[in-house]
Amino acid sequence: MVAARGHRQAVLLLAPAVLLLVVLVGGSQALMLVASLGRRSAYGGVTHDWGLQNYLRALEPLYVRVLARSVGLAAATTIACLALGYPVAYWLARRAPPAMRRTLLVLVILPFWTSFLVRMYAWMFLLRTEGLVNLALGAIGLPALSLLYNPAAVLLGQVYGELPFIILPLYASLEKLDPELLDAAADLGAAPGQVLRRVVLPLTWPGIVAGSILVFIPSLGAYLAPDLLGGARYVYVGSLIQSQFAVARDIPFGAALSFALSAGVLLALWLLRRPLRAGAGESA
Amino acid sequence: MGRGAVSLRGVSKSFGTVTAVRDVSLDVAPGEFLTLLGPSGCGKTTLLRMIAGLESPGSGRILLSERDVTDDPPHRRPVNTVFQHYALFPHRTVAGNVAFGLEMAGRARADIVPRVERALEMVRLSGMGSRRVDQLSGGQRQRVALARAVVLEPEVLLLDEPMSALDRKLREEMRAEVKSLHRRLGTTFVFVTHDQEEALALSDRVVVMNDGVIEQMGSPAEIYDVPRTRFVAEFLAVRNILPAEVQSVDGPAVVRTENGLVLRSTAGGFVAGERLWVGVRPERMSFDGAGENRVAGVLEDRLFLGDRSEWHVRAGVDRLTVSEPGTSTGRQTGDAVTVTFETAALLRLVGPARRPPLP
Repeated sequence: MVAARGHRQAVLLLAPAVLLLVVLVGGSQALMLVASLGRRSAYGGVTHDWGLQNYLRALEPLYVRVLARSVGLAAATTIACLALGYPVAYWLARRAPPAMRRTLLVLVILPFWTSFLVRMYAWMFLLRTEGLVNLALGAIGLPALSLLYNPAAVLLGQVYGELPFIILPLYASLEKLDPELLDAAADLGAAPGQVLRRVVLPLTWPGIVAGSILVFIPSLGAYLAPDLLGGARYVYVGSLIQSQFAVARDIPFGAALSFALSAGVLLALWLLRRPLRAGAGESA
Repeated sequence: MGRGAVSLRGVSKSFGTVTAVRDVSLDVAPGEFLTLLGPSGCGKTTLLRMIAGLESPGSGRILLSERDVTDDPPHRRPVNTVFQHYALFPHRTVAGNVAFGLEMAGRARADIVPRVERALEMVRLSGMGSRRVDQLSGGQRQRVALARAVVLEPEVLLLDEPMSALDRKLREEMRAEVKSLHRRLGTTFVFVTHDQEEALALSDRVVVMNDGVIEQMGSPAEIYDVPRTRFVAEFLAVRNILPAEVQSVDGPAVVRTENGLVLRSTAGGFVAGERLWVGVRPERMSFDGAGENRVAGVLEDRLFLGDRSEWHVRAGVDRLTVSEPGTSTGRQTGDAVTVTFETAALLRLVGPARRPPLP
């Protein structure tokens, strides 16, 4: 009885979100799959001439290089966000005055109040040849630097944009950490570095995984930072897909790239499910 | 010699404006079972944490085995702690928890495994090594915490209210277990509790703390029989505490309580004219018995406690608590009685120990 009621409640509570996801994600992926199997028509439409030709084309070295560059960007973004975000989250959760925590957390997500596009333009203003950074350098007599339109600028913009997404889950898992466990570890002879490695990191592993996924996946398909800060000089998979739809008018090929990327991410998550879940399981 | 000795020299600790420990000096002998007893907030846990190195004293020195460790971090001190809430690592198995300290010390795997096995055996948890911590009962967790601390063979074992989270029956079992562990290991134990029974049952010596200072220390019998301050008396269940003035000290001291009772005491230390408190344990009082001190009163309430009854007796404006052994009683509420007790039962109690001025 109770179980049946709980079950019905769960269905009712989840139904709207599940429905929305099935229609929007499942539906759009299905459309992508169908389109990806077709051929581009003379006017930019899709002819129903089924085949795997678009997927074969995606495996050409040119496109594999683009994918590799994107994976590299996503990995570098994730690592940089972890390295920058973990100390911040640690400080927020364990050292910051409790009365200030809420305010500080709001500051972390404050950038969300401005459109990502606008913030990317702000970075362009800072980094371009006559930008604020170079003006400042010039003022103290230093030569101007070429800061914009290179992979480093893309990484910078990406890390800047994704950092809050990793701080929040890390904060949540660090805040739950029982301080008595850290005392116990030190008491049992663990030096501060060992406390971090053997206790803090394993116990906050779920936050590390959640935050990394939240950063890695959007970075993989990023196209705003690559286009605006990279000057489209280096093609990333996000911009490639976007240009297939918007510029090249090759919808089937864009759909194939997009579907392959989504499927690849899902497959990778499934293959890595054990280490991702059990990373904390450092047992002896 | 001196291995396992703890010496605190003028140790103080403040948290912001709150002073937790004030100028405490204390020596613990090697192999001693010493208990810090007091209410929450009296500074006993802070004192323990300073010995462990988890807090650093604002002033004073801490010596372990005759070595000054005041500035050593916790991981370099030869002490281990059993924490109040066990503090077991949830990401490790039972054996993984016990092995943690040995791994940190860089012991070889071949050395760790048998030691962990022996430690688990010692706390009667053999065969449970592969269990997850969340599969254990409260009592089992407590024993893992004990095993995890003793496996490192610390010079001093610190126990921070280790039984406060257990139910009554388990507490009594754990009490016996801790006592036997102390006997078998011969290690110095410093034990923190707010439970007077636990303190009396386990310790070689009890240190009663209040408001950051030591009120009294001594053997359990001394603390129980001869509490010296009003605070210690109240904390150790002396119930009949009355403000009084000393009238004369020729022969047994004669005191007159604020409400006019004249009582005699053979306890030492009374000074004619001083104002203080006197107290009597309920079980040292009886009705119409022998004893030079006699107080007339009327029975008010009876609390039946199984092996005894506790009577509340109205004696003028004072209310006395008298414990009467046995399950049956011929008395009833409203009866006029004479409460009697020996001169030796009347305790001399002074106010709270004087606080040393803060540096």
